[in-house]
Amino acid sequence: MNDLYDDALVALAKAKDGAGRLDAPDGTASVDNPLCGDRVTIDVTLDGARVDGFAQKARGCILTQAAAGMIARHAHGLDAGDIEALRARVRDFLSSAGDGADWPEMALFEPVRTVRSRHDCVLIAFDALLEATRKARDERA
Amino acid sequence: MKAIRAEFPIFDAQGSPFHYLDNAATSQLCAPAAHALHAFETTARANVKRGVHKLADAATVAFDDARATMAAFVGAASPEEVIFTSGTTMSINMAARCLTPRLREGDEILLSELEHHSDIVPWQMAAQARGARVRAIPVTSDGRLDLEALPDLVGPRTRIVAVTHLSNVSGAVSDLSVIRAAAPEAIMLVDGAQRAAHGPIDVRAIGCDLYALSSHKMFGPTGAGMLWGRMDLLESLPPFLGGGEMIREVRIDGTRYADPPHRFEAGTPPIGAVLGMAAAARWLQSRDRRVLHDHEMRLTGRILDGLATLPGIRLVGPQGLQGRAGIVAFEVEDVHAHDVCQMLDGNGVALRGGHHCAQPLMRALGLVATARASLAPYNDDDDIDALIEGVGKVIERLR
Ligand SMILES: Cc1ncc(COP(=O)(O)O)c(C=O)c1O
Repeated sequence: MNDLYDDALVALAKAKDGAGRLDAPDGTASVDNPLCGDRVTIDVTLDGARVDGFAQKARGCILTQAAAGMIARHAHGLDAGDIEALRARVRDFLSSAGDGADWPEMALFEPVRTVRSRHDCVLIAFDALLEATRKARDERA
Repeated sequence: MKAIRAEFPIFDAQGSPFHYLDNAATSQLCAPAAHALHAFETTARANVKRGVHKLADAATVAFDDARATMAAFVGAASPEEVIFTSGTTMSINMAARCLTPRLREGDEILLSELEHHSDIVPWQMAAQARGARVRAIPVTSDGRLDLEALPDLVGPRTRIVAVTHLSNVSGAVSDLSVIRAAAPEAIMLVDGAQRAAHGPIDVRAIGCDLYALSSHKMFGPTGAGMLWGRMDLLESLPPFLGGGEMIREVRIDGTRYADPPHRFEAGTPPIGAVLGMAAAARWLQSRDRRVLHDHEMRLTGRILDGLATLPGIRLVGPQGLQGRAGIVAFEVEDVHAHDVCQMLDGNGVALRGGHHCAQPLMRALGLVATARASLAPYNDDDDIDALIEGVGKVIERLR
């Protein structure tokens, strides 16, 4: 019906990696998608400047949930600078430039390129991760 | 209804499958409106109200005719009660801004939880400027106005009531007579953005003071709309925007304003779009509205029945056909509205998903986003079949 919804993408969303909340996060951020009112909330704890603990709560579509689940698998060890660069690469990937994040799940998001109105569904999880990590870092400074 | 499809150029242009069920967001342009817009811009273009040459005079005459057409379309007492705007949003902002100076601290503006953001935010801005308070008629669980709450919401400080004629989410038609009767002293604005394509409008029978609508939702071009106002109210209001066309005399030390409607029409209006809107209104009025209504209700019934056969569907709006129009919002359990819409798009079915610019309603009903199918006279049984089949597949794949 629509090649956006590859079974593997749907499975990634349904797996809900990292779903939940942390008891004592160093930083928390919620980002809304104004198009639909969806919201991604991400909690992190840091080890030094790098993400150690991670939890995500994605109230949203398959794309938002899949992006949050993908991030859950790879967030460990990233610092705010890494995340900012990653977010820019994913944004460029969605606008058909470059390979995006260096993660195996990234290819599942390729069909999203053709649907401009859905790019934010993928990006808001990165926005939430970046904001949470920055807050955690600034909190410690 | 095949004949009606032939009057909408989009169907030839799009080919098939093309099941356009997003009419509440914007409807398709009918051929007479397309023709009026194109003919004006390519063969008869001139500014209005300014020139004496033949072309300018013809444009002014056509613009005046459009005003008379729109006055008849809403049942106005005279063409001068019709102010042309760029659409409902502009119309409501104009009304709110012009009424702002009348508000005093502690005054109340009564809205409803069914309102589109464009009938909420301008009033919040007006209230904020004057220390007034915004209140809202709640909704019932089936997406209708809960009119039993009215007596507690209307009081001596209720200066303005602004409510929708037809909900763009639940499809419920408002019982405006009850609201009018409950607040006889208040200035009453009705948001007719959705109503215009779905049924006749009679502002004097409603007894309202202001009525707003958009051309693009009633088979006319984008970029035009109107605000109808009772003449004695319009005469008492200050202008909205300042500029050309809205003045009687300008001196450096002050300006005298024109009478309504020109007082509210500063600058060059969207002339082609206004002529297109009037052509669309004439097109609608030339149809047998009864036949259109019966067709819409039959298809609405098919959507409601079809959705009822599927598992995990929650209808957001009246369950039956009573007091509703062909706008049907629904939620598929555990599936996001945008995923529903995106998958259906793969079947050639165009739906709208999201909060529909009605976040207070979504909050009241405990929803974040819904999918919505909305009908127009050119929709047919094939469109409904594709919708129901598509939703069925979504449930199979994603739920
Ligand atoms: C009920 C209602 N009011 C107001 C509007 C705003 O209309 P426009 O965007 O044409 O100004 C809409 C459009 O969706 C609507 O459905």
